Amino acid sequence: MPALPALPISLLPEEKSGEILRLLEGLEPAALWWLSGYTAALAGQAGVATRTTSAPVARETGPQERLTVVYGSQTGNAKRLAEKLARDAEAAGLGVRLLRADAYPQRELKNERLLALVISTQGDGDPPDDARGFVEFLAGTRAPQLPELKFAVLGLGDSSYPQFCAIGRKLDARLAELGATRLAVAGEADLDIETVATPWLDRTLSAAREAYKASSPRAATVTPLRAVAPTPVSEWTRERPFAAELLVNQRISARNGTRDVRHLELSIEGSGFAYEAGDALGVWPTNPPALVEAILDSLHLDGGSAVALVGETRPLRSWLLERRELTKLARPFVAAHAAQARAADLNRLLAPDRASDLAALLQGHQVIDLLQAYPADWSAEDLVAALRPLTPRLYSIASSRKAVGDEVHLTVANLVYDAFGRSHSGAASAYLASREDGARVPVFLEANERFRLPKDTTRDIIMIGPGTGVAPFRGFVQERHAVGARGRQWLFFGNPYFERDFFYQLEWQAALKDGSLHRLDLAFSRDQENKIYVQQRLRERGRELYDWLENGAQLYVCGDATRMAKDVHATLIDLVAEHGGKDREQAAEYIDALQQQGRYARDIY
Amino acid sequence: MNAPLSPVEKIKSESRNLRGTLVESLANPVTGAIADSDTQLIKFHGSYQQDDRDLRDERRQQKLEPAYSFMIRTRTPGGVVTSQQWLQLDAIATTYANHTLRLTTRQAFQFHGIVKRELQTTMQAINAALIDTIAACGDVNRNVMVGANPHESLAHATVQEWAARLSERLKPKTRAYFEIWLGEEKIAESDREWEPVYGATYLPRKFKVAFALPPVNDVDVFAHDLGFIAIVERRGVLGFNVTVGGGMGATHGDDKTFPRLADVLGFIAPEQLLAVAEAVVTTQRDFGDRTERKHARLKYTIADRGVDWFKREVERRLGFALQPARPFAFAHNGDRFGWSEGHDGRWHLNLRIEAGRIADRGHATHLSGLREIAKVHKGELRLTPNQNLIIANVDARDRATIDALVVAHALDGFRTATPLRLNALACVALPTCALAMAEAERYLPELVGKVERLLAAHGLSDVPIGLRVSGCPNGCSRPYLAEIALVGKAPGRYNLMLGADARGQRLNRMHRENIDEAAILAELDVLFARYADDRSDGEGFGDFLLRAGVIVPARRVAIPLETTT
Ligand code: SRM
Ligand SMILES: Cc1cc2nc3c(=O)[nH]c(=O)nc-3n(C[C@H](O)[C@H](O)[C@H](O)COP(=O)(O)OP(=O)(O)OC[C@H]3O[C@@H](n4cnc5c(N)ncnc54)[C@H](O)[C@@H]3O)c2cc1C
Ligand SMILES: Cc1cc2nc3c(=O)[nH]c(=O)nc-3n(C[C@H](O)[C@H](O)[C@H](O)COP(=O)(O)O)c2cc1C
Ligand code: SF4
Repeated sequence: MPALPALPISLLPEEKSGEILRLLEGLEPAALWWLSGYTAALAGQAGVATRTTSAPVARETGPQERLTVVYGSQTGNAKRLAEKLARDAEAAGLGVRLLRADAYPQRELKNERLLALVISTQGDGDPPDDARGFVEFLAGTRAPQLPELKFAVLGLGDSSYPQFCAIGRKLDARLAELGATRLAVAGEADLDIETVATPWLDRTLSAAREAYKASSPRAATVTPLRAVAPTPVSEWTRERPFAAELLVNQRISARNGTRDVRHLELSIEGSGFAYEAGDALGVWPTNPPALVEAILDSLHLDGGSAVALVGETRPLRSWLLERRELTKLARPFVAAHAAQARAADLNRLLAPDRASDLAALLQGHQVIDLLQAYPADWSAEDLVAALRPLTPRLYSIASSRKAVGDEVHLTVANLVYDAFGRSHSGAASAYLASREDGARVPVFLEANERFRLPKDTTRDIIMIGPGTGVAPFRGFVQERHAVGARGRQWLFFGNPYFERDFFYQLEWQAALKDGSLHRLDLAFSRDQENKIYVQQRLRERGRELYDWLENGAQLYVCGDATRMAKDVHATLIDLVAEHGGKDREQAAEYIDALQQQGRYARDIY
Repeated sequence: MNAPLSPVEKIKSESRNLRGTLVESLANPVTGAIADSDTQLIKFHGSYQQDDRDLRDERRQQKLEPAYSFMIRTRTPGGVVTSQQWLQLDAIATTYANHTLRLTTRQAFQFHGIVKRELQTTMQAINAALIDTIAACGDVNRNVMVGANPHESLAHATVQEWAARLSERLKPKTRAYFEIWLGEEKIAESDREWEPVYGATYLPRKFKVAFALPPVNDVDVFAHDLGFIAIVERRGVLGFNVTVGGGMGATHGDDKTFPRLADVLGFIAPEQLLAVAEAVVTTQRDFGDRTERKHARLKYTIADRGVDWFKREVERRLGFALQPARPFAFAHNGDRFGWSEGHDGRWHLNLRIEAGRIADRGHATHLSGLREIAKVHKGELRLTPNQNLIIANVDARDRATIDALVVAHALDGFRTATPLRLNALACVALPTCALAMAEAERYLPELVGKVERLLAAHGLSDVPIGLRVSGCPNGCSRPYLAEIALVGKAPGRYNLMLGADARGQRLNRMHRENIDEAAILAELDVLFARYADDRSDGEGFGDFLLRAGVIVPARRVAIPLETTT
């Protein structure tokens, strides 16, 4: 966490301003907003704040009297829901505190009475980066018994991963094991998050209110807090996306490139999206029309037939194009289809001991593959009901507003692969890659507060972004150049081939020339016999990297989560051990500390 | 007032004998290119930085730098290599280059498409074949040419030996090449190598030497800075007529630049050859124009100061006078295809390689075929100045084996091709040549086909007519010595030049400027019709155009000392 700027021309006595800064250090934006409301209210009463003043909004609430909402989130979903819960709880008159998992003071857990946990699963059943310490603590031997705690867990996940909602499940089970009681049954939200999240929020809120009333008779007198989160500046949201005009769709991998990678420029003029470098853009795709036709054909269904579901009526074709996931397979559909097709062998894959076979199925198959391998009759209605709702895809923003104005730039790998004798493509990437200039793309802004440049522009930054992971760093370099940052920029980039896959090569060369990039280390894995990845470059530069870190540098990793991020993480520990004269455990702690201080941020997918 | 030296002079003088920052450039991983100044220096090491011009625009849009790669050219005096060396060069072409071998108009091999990070390895592989690339390009003496004439095999052997000795003598002495490419230890600063012939800034411009073996002028001896015409008597080489001041290159719209035929200076004995060459080179070193590279070749030094002055200066340096030139006669400047027997009863097979490009294309598996031939062939291979290849010194017994391979790999095109096709030359041009204004090598087969159809329509299919195409006026295919030449001016547009002889002794002249293919064919159609009707017996197309007044001859019509047989 960067040092706080000094208070502006201060009306405060000197010792107070120091104290206030200390107190504010590390607080979340939400908490800061809350505080501003609190102090504003105090000012309104023209009173003087003392420890004994009973301010209506900020009674010294003890743990018995408040709901603590903790979230762990990688891409902002869990955070969004946690914020909603906090807002609703406040609106309902509960005392609430909202904390990101890595800001949660662990020693307070034993006194906690009401706890709501919203947390996603990442990697291969791993916690999100901001919740690593929290999950370790809870799972570990140092976790206290919690007989007085009432809790509710909402897990977020993606049922196309084998370890579906693993972290949510794990925490739910562990809290119960520590003696706590469930306020509400745990939720396990799939990518159509709201389907599960909305009822869970309702359940949890009403249970919390019951519990709260029981313990806090004065609750009814509490005035609701101001919104805990800053009200979004834009009227356009995930549910109400903005139709951004596509200005440029330019391939940036060479014609013989390993992958078809696009540089996209979208106009966000009029959207009010005040994005920061490091944020992501959400995109609502339309499924590949050819794929929809193939599914209709193979099921002998009429795309024009009207299908009504949860209050919405549209033709089947339109459901499949715009409302349902077809390119990613999830467990529930496999189960439904196994039943429909009376496919015993498919059904057996759902058994607990066949997890890895199921994982392979989910990873490599699309809905069409399953339909073809296990023919079955589906009615239009049943099919739409069995398929998962379509979800938006996120893309790291590859630009800085200071450099490009009302535009968002993206770096999108067009996902195309052959399987089962058909060419398969990803929904969103194919959708984007095939849009022409002038097309309108439904988008929304997904802020990512954990992946931001240091406010202190004199700090050095180290960016590790192979493949499309380089996207946010283009934005970072633009931003730091625009604000005349004095800190240095060091980028690690890698891809298969120098000649074909060196994304933004000309821009990096120009940045090296004009001083907005100080160092660039490259790893082109297939340009020589032995594969070389960014990790090796990190290792080669270990000494200097460690010096940069010791010097306060901020570290960023973006891109592939399955292998790269893990290997890079391990390499970082290695090099801190080697050059910092530490054993592995100390080195791991060093890296964890960086993570906790927000000096090691990851945006991985 | 003294004009400032050309920027390349500064680069050379600061280069520490051609080292520059090449080592740093090669190590820079962010770009496939080398530093600008190093692109000048690397030429002296036998390599050019190029990029695939077909992809240039596309890659700029892709935010990628141009597809940089390097061309490497060998120093192979007279274009002679052994079968073993051929196999090694072939392996390099398929491992590091673009799977082609390119035979040049100066009897060298070119590899195209080598990426920077494999440049050193490639250089090492070439040197491992006991072939180097030093001075294959740059402001120094280039690859020395030798008429490939297989009939005069004894004389050829003698001349070839002199060519090799001359090439060695005029080779730069700097160790830079060995340090940069072959990992030789750096020598101490104190005993820095000295270039006895060249000095620290080498020559003002490239310098080219050719040896001709009359009656064949395949080397186009009058197109070179320095030429030696072997005077042969009863198969022994008596000595050489020395020619100076030839050159092809010109610049569109700049009449201070022009192709020029060499002057015959006099006759020398073989043992005087190295001294004479050095005197010519050092005279050019000291008097050549170092301020304007377009005006820096020996031909301009001589044109400006006069050939008499030049001769005096050379003789002053030599300390003796040249003898009067001896009579000689050239019959033609083409190759003779097929088998021919040498003086010692060994055989030579001259193959046609279109535009010098050896590749595997469809059933025409030329690269593989020559690899198979090199595996069984015990003699040597010789590149001809017309971009063709001779399988030389074949035992009569082995002819059948080679013939079979030639047929199997479709290398036997020379048996059926028209004389037009057999003699046509084209420079490399697009996509690798940075200077190309129009297509040449890639266009040649199609163009020849169209001209062949015109000739056929006029019943001229069997008439040998020299056609050469260059992608720009630099004239790498020596187009100004062709009866018909296309000199590139813009994509699809050429200057049509006509009227050279077929012996390399008369330059052609501009006929129509900057016209497209349709206009070129239309012009030729009319002229072919007149030629078919009015030519006298055995009269060449170029000679006919002159006689018919279509082409007005340049001031210097022919080589003054020529005596026809
Ligand atoms: C490969 C070859 C043509 C071919 O199809 O075989 C060739 C190819 C090139 N020539 Fe040439 N020249 C080649 C024979 C010639 C000849 C013919 C000859 O030497 O008999 C000439 C005319 C004679 C002369 O020098 O006047 C020739 C006159 C030039 C010139 C003009 C020189 C001048 O002083 O006017 C240039 C441009 C320059 O030097 O600035 C040039 C430059 C070039 C370059 C290196 C382009 C460049 O400077 O960037 C071409 C590389 C193309 C490529 O992609 O490979 N090349 N060039 C020949 C290689 C010869 C060798 O092995 O060394
Ligand atoms: C925060 C964040 C930032 C991101 N930033 C970027 C970015 O900057 N650029 C970018 O390109 N992407 C980025 N992504 C990834 C992006 O959101 C999408 O996941 C990606 O574009 C694929 O989406 P899709 O709709 O095209 O494919 P989908 O339709 O979602 O299909 C993906 C599925 O295809 C299957 N699959 C993939 N490859 C293969 C294969 N080779 N063989 C068999 N099956 C396969 C897998 O099951 C996979 O789940 C980001 C993701 C996140 C979470
Ligand atoms: C790299 C990556 C790995 C993931 N791994 C899992 C997983 O193992 N199990 C799971 O249920 N969900 C997994 N997910 C899905 C996320 O949990 C899901 O997208 C969730 O909505 C993210 O919430 P968040 O934005 O709060 O992090 C993964 C997502 C990503 C990008
Ligand atoms: S003539 Fe011009 S285009 Fe052709 S190779 Fe030479 S320099 Fe290139």
